[in-house]
Amino acid sequence: MKSTLKLTLGLASTLFASTAVSNVAQAEDLTLCWAAWDPANALVELSKDFTKETGIGMKFQFVPWTNYADRFLNELNSHGKLCDLIIGDSQWIGGAAENGHYVKLNDFFDKEKISMDDFVPATVVGYSEWPKNSPNYWALPAMGDVVGWTYRKDWFSKPELQKEFKEKYGWDLGPPTTFDQLKQIAEFFQKRDIDGKTVYGASIYTERGSEGITMGAMDVLYSFGFQYENPKKPYEMEAFVNSDKSVKGLEFYKALYDCCTPPGASNSYMGEGVDAFKSGQVAMHMNFAFTWPGLQKDENVGGDKIGYFVNPKGPDGDQFAQLGGQGISVVSYSDKQEAALKYIKWFANKDVQSKWWSLGGYSCLNAVVKDPGFPASQPYAQTFLDSMAIVKDFWAEPSYAPLLQASQKRFHDYVVAGQGSAKDALDGLVKDWTEVFQDDGKM
Amino acid sequence: MLNRTADSVARATPEPLARKVRGISDKGLAWLFISPTILLLLAINIFPLFWAIYLSFTNFRANRPNEVVKNLGLANYKRILADQDIWIAMQTTAHFVFWTILLQTLIGFTLAWLIDRKFRGHAFWTTIILVPMMLSPAVVGNFWRFLYEPQIGLFAYAVSFVTGIPATEISMLSNVSLAPWSIIIVDTWMWTPYVMLICLAGLRSIPEYIYEAAEVDRASNWRQFWSITLPMALPFIMLAVLFRGIENFKMFDMVNLLTGGGPGSTTEVASITLKRQAFESWRTGYSSAFAIILFVAVFGLANIYVKALNKVKQR
Repeated sequence: MKSTLKLTLGLASTLFASTAVSNVAQAEDLTLCWAAWDPANALVELSKDFTKETGIGMKFQFVPWTNYADRFLNELNSHGKLCDLIIGDSQWIGGAAENGHYVKLNDFFDKEKISMDDFVPATVVGYSEWPKNSPNYWALPAMGDVVGWTYRKDWFSKPELQKEFKEKYGWDLGPPTTFDQLKQIAEFFQKRDIDGKTVYGASIYTERGSEGITMGAMDVLYSFGFQYENPKKPYEMEAFVNSDKSVKGLEFYKALYDCCTPPGASNSYMGEGVDAFKSGQVAMHMNFAFTWPGLQKDENVGGDKIGYFVNPKGPDGDQFAQLGGQGISVVSYSDKQEAALKYIKWFANKDVQSKWWSLGGYSCLNAVVKDPGFPASQPYAQTFLDSMAIVKDFWAEPSYAPLLQASQKRFHDYVVAGQGSAKDALDGLVKDWTEVFQDDGKM
Repeated sequence: MLNRTADSVARATPEPLARKVRGISDKGLAWLFISPTILLLLAINIFPLFWAIYLSFTNFRANRPNEVVKNLGLANYKRILADQDIWIAMQTTAHFVFWTILLQTLIGFTLAWLIDRKFRGHAFWTTIILVPMMLSPAVVGNFWRFLYEPQIGLFAYAVSFVTGIPATEISMLSNVSLAPWSIIIVDTWMWTPYVMLICLAGLRSIPEYIYEAAEVDRASNWRQFWSITLPMALPFIMLAVLFRGIENFKMFDMVNLLTGGGPGSTTEVASITLKRQAFESWRTGYSSAFAIILFVAVFGLANIYVKALNKVKQR
């Protein structure tokens, strides 16, 4: 009887002790919020090393891109404690900084000797700084990303197609260097029969609900001469947003949509683009660089069948690309800010960043991307580097959401629904954006 | 026996509680029982309504909690009523409501009339017809999106088979002219059974002896339909129209899943505009004003309609 009692007490105390330990461990767990996509899976894998090193467990909240902004901006606006760390979109930085959602990282960077000079300059401006081009840091560049293109190398190298293309357009079929060339290639492939299947020219961004068509149209407009504002007079948009060059750029985007996209591609963004390319529907595919590792590994279209090229040049030789990507921030409402900062310190480490790249994440650390072996490390590495050198980003103002909604509406109304002219769309955009800035008291 | 049970229950009740209960009137006791529900309704319905009314007069933005909230008076309301995009959204909503109600009423009543014939297997067919309305709108939206796909969708192939137009050219969700109809078709497919059920209840409530009297008077089937069936089922039809009208006026899920309001703004109904203003542009004050306008419009129209319905019932 006595021994049974002892055994029971022993088991009870062991159970109590193990529960207490697990509760302590749970109290130290960090929750990281991000979009549900391939790099997030790579980050889960990478973060296991952090748990091994520090004993701090990692939990993840990943939300699909279409709901990502809604879900996490709601969380931040309601001062929620769900996320200790957040990898927020580059355009959120202004609002998150001004509304106190993110912890300012300057003192922490100074203390831990983390220098922003060690990161690719465009990513520091795009993901970390607010106000832009000022040394006020709210995030550590975490995932470099940019819009670029993939193409079907195997189709481009078919001798009969090369011959036909040369006869028709007078130049060799290959990755385009100008948007005119891109359109010619897209027209050439549109509704062509390849290996017994009808294929189409290109997949481009046309999505209406979140940010798709804006990212796609801007990716083209920049190289045609579009500017957000007068460089000498902030928020003056007349003759910059709706300049003749911008109008030509938007007309080009519509022409590309009308002539050369697959049927029904009126609401296409990252996922739909990947599907179109993977299923062998399109010869070229506009998408963020994060999709490239997955496509490279794809059995049907990856390996030797896929090639990559930088966003082509516009009519005047200008060449820019739409910035994607995000920085990692500590949420100011988190009760575990110290542990969260530990994660950022660990993440900034060179070895961690190298592993991040090898797992499929896009490191922004100079030591990784400027390594002599980097361009040859992956077939898309050089295209990524070249693209990151020419990036531009959408407004990162606190009012980025209404600014984005206005461009989504204006671009979709014109490009997809065919309502009005490009000039009307851009004039309307100037009007909408002016209203937003007037509401903000900035004009 | 009953008195004895009551006495024993009274004796078993603890004295202080019994005294307390005895001190409360019937009305008080009734209030005591319904107060949790009333409090809940106040908290989740009435308070938000008054809060939204308050916000509609301000420049409040939910994503900028630190900003000073200014009273704008009627500025939000004036801006909404002068906003061309809002009027376009209202027209789109009206178009959607009109056609869905018309089609659902016509088809729903016809189906109810046929089912009421009580032919062999009518119970089986009733069940089959009811299946669409039992499905979740999220499921319906998603599978119709696939059905409408120009490259792989069965709908496009079926239309192509009948018309000879290549399936890849039938882009229901991308075409400006077809997209509104694509939503009307899905909504009609899903909710006609609901209208049918209400109409069937109306048809079954008509006493058989009226038809027998009409037979004696040698009234034709057509005459019976116009003089007996339709007038007596009319209150039920009007009720179905009211329910579907209110539902479709605030239609969101199906439009969001099928077209997201596109192409362009072709299918952007009022609820989609409201969601965009409230949760994407974060113009909380402005969107509150819009919500109040929509609420007043639906409430006002529904009231007028209910009065008309009562008049029809009294005839």
